[in-house]
Amino acid sequence: MSRAPTDWNGDAMRRRVKRRYGSERRFKALGFAAIAISVAFLAFLLWTMVANGIGGFMETRVKIAMDFPRSDLMIDPALLKGEERHQVLANADIEGAVAAAAQAQYGADGADLVSEAGWLRVREAISDDPGLLGRRAEFWLPASSQFDLAGKGEGSPELQRQYRALEKAGALERAFNTRFLTSGDATDPATVGIWGAFKGSLLTMLVTLAIAFPIGVLSAVYLEEYAPRNQWTSIIEVSINNLAAVPSIIFGLLGLAVFLNVMHLPRSAPLVGGMTLALMTMPVIVIAGRNALKAVPPSVRDAALGVGASPVQVVFHHVLPLALPGILTGTIIGMARALGETAPLLMIGMRAFIATPPGGITEPASVLPVQIFLWSDEVSRGFVEKTSAAIIVLLIFLMAMNGLAIYLRNKFERRW
Amino acid sequence: MDTDIVNPVVETKPAFTAAEIKMRARGVCVYYGDKKAVDNVSLDMGTEHVTAFIGPSGCGKSTFLRTLNRMNDTIASARVEGRIELDGEDIYDPSMDVVQLRARVGMVFQKPNPFPKSIYENVAYGPRIHGLARGKSELDEIVEGSLKRAGLWEEVKDRLTESGTALSGGQQQRLCIARAIAVDPEVILMDEPASALDPIATARIEELIHELRGRYAIVIVTHNMQQAARVSQRTAFFHLGELIEYGDTSEIFTNPKVPRTQDYITGRYG
Repeated sequence: MSRAPTDWNGDAMRRRVKRRYGSERRFKALGFAAIAISVAFLAFLLWTMVANGIGGFMETRVKIAMDFPRSDLMIDPALLKGEERHQVLANADIEGAVAAAAQAQYGADGADLVSEAGWLRVREAISDDPGLLGRRAEFWLPASSQFDLAGKGEGSPELQRQYRALEKAGALERAFNTRFLTSGDATDPATVGIWGAFKGSLLTMLVTLAIAFPIGVLSAVYLEEYAPRNQWTSIIEVSINNLAAVPSIIFGLLGLAVFLNVMHLPRSAPLVGGMTLALMTMPVIVIAGRNALKAVPPSVRDAALGVGASPVQVVFHHVLPLALPGILTGTIIGMARALGETAPLLMIGMRAFIATPPGGITEPASVLPVQIFLWSDEVSRGFVEKTSAAIIVLLIFLMAMNGLAIYLRNKFERRW
Repeated sequence: MDTDIVNPVVETKPAFTAAEIKMRARGVCVYYGDKKAVDNVSLDMGTEHVTAFIGPSGCGKSTFLRTLNRMNDTIASARVEGRIELDGEDIYDPSMDVVQLRARVGMVFQKPNPFPKSIYENVAYGPRIHGLARGKSELDEIVEGSLKRAGLWEEVKDRLTESGTALSGGQQQRLCIARAIAVDPEVILMDEPASALDPIATARIEELIHELRGRYAIVIVTHNMQQAARVSQRTAFFHLGELIEYGDTSEIFTNPKVPRTQDYITGRYG
């Protein structure tokens, strides 16, 4: 039986072509919809973060006029020259004097307009310039969180009315809150800062990098270039792959059990946080490193061996430099993951309230994601925009790290 | 069924005096796992001679070549039996330093594989790691001399800092030859050095082999029988891992003793 000639112009064929074009169009539409949805989510995330967070970088300041000679402050300016001035200032009731001045100017609730820690700025000013005590001076003190919120249309109507009245009278200003970027955590949302957590993250990342990078790269080099292929190496390989998939909280428990309970390293410190995160990051670096080493063409190894390079020379003169961009990219991806990690750090005590930025890797510290977690848990409404602001800082940190990864990759990338 | 006796190899006459023998292989077998890739090969390679290995694909000629500077060591499953001597020393003896062996027995690969570094660095790398130059000027001399002997100097002298990978394929292969001779080897192994090149570049490489012969023992694997006939003085024919026939090139190509060689040379298979 002979085959009938194919009718390329028949109805059946035309329908088939039409169906094919139809499925092509549907696939394109679905793909486009998927991209559109993810872009929309991303835009929504960024927009809410920026819209909420931008206010966290600003503060409302209330003008408070202080007439020191007439106030109840009993400070002898002569005592402010010497070493004992901190003691003298601590004993004086500056807080009361500021509250009294606020009440005198803005009525009975006046003291509530100023942030709880606002008077500290007056103390700093006196410490810097004792001459202030002999005259009248005006201070712009951070507004209390509830008064600040009243300015944004939240809170009681009376407070909102008062805000508008003061605004009209020129007794309020809104300015960039530099202290948010330079101070540590606090209980009052008007005076919190992100620097403590930022520095904690930075120190933790440095510890992580210093431990995970050399160990990870050397493991990758050994496994890829030296280790014999046998049962042991395949067990190690499987273990490393599994380690990369272990939930991070487990690493936190491991850190708690080993670094704190057995080795007695300081609690809440970036040293321990960094070591814990290094355990988590190392498998990622090993896997990325091995893939990068595998991708180096064997001809380069042959060439180096052919002129009599020893195995170490082959690795360090030729293979590793070519694999470096890939290793660096993997490292930064691992580090970025570690930077955003909260759970393991909770286990080793980095969730403590720490008001002073850490001075070194053994001092108590918090990190950005934990700080975000803690602030998001606060009752006070003022923490909402501070949380968003902290998220923005974290995202900028992450983007800076990724930017560095791209820069390093392009810098070291060589063609072969 | 096979009428030709394959081992011991049919030798027409003793080819080299003892002083002329640079490398000597006796009863060499190479296994990849359980598979025997080279079966009981014995032959001598003379100094200031070009020895060509010919044979169909998969006949073991490249594998055998790579045993001569122990490049097979890098393949975990490869195992070598028998004895290979360089100037009478067993190169598989535990006391033999592989790194020095590979400096004395240089290699040029099928695909040009310059390092992704500058042309200068490509040539200078070997002398530098072996400490062959005392100071910059001596190294410059070695680089210039090697590039000249590889016939590349005139083309690259003004761009020594450019990447070696930016050269054309033929130039890259000559750069690899310059890199190999820069460490002043005694033997140069060439694994189909011209198979990835166009005819003009191939002709340059063949000329170069002629020039280099006066100084080194050269062993070349080639698929191209005309090439073997043009460049070599001695030719070994491999088939299915065995050395079938080894003799003077003129003899092998005009008057082979073994029918299988005859068949291969006349294009009946391969």
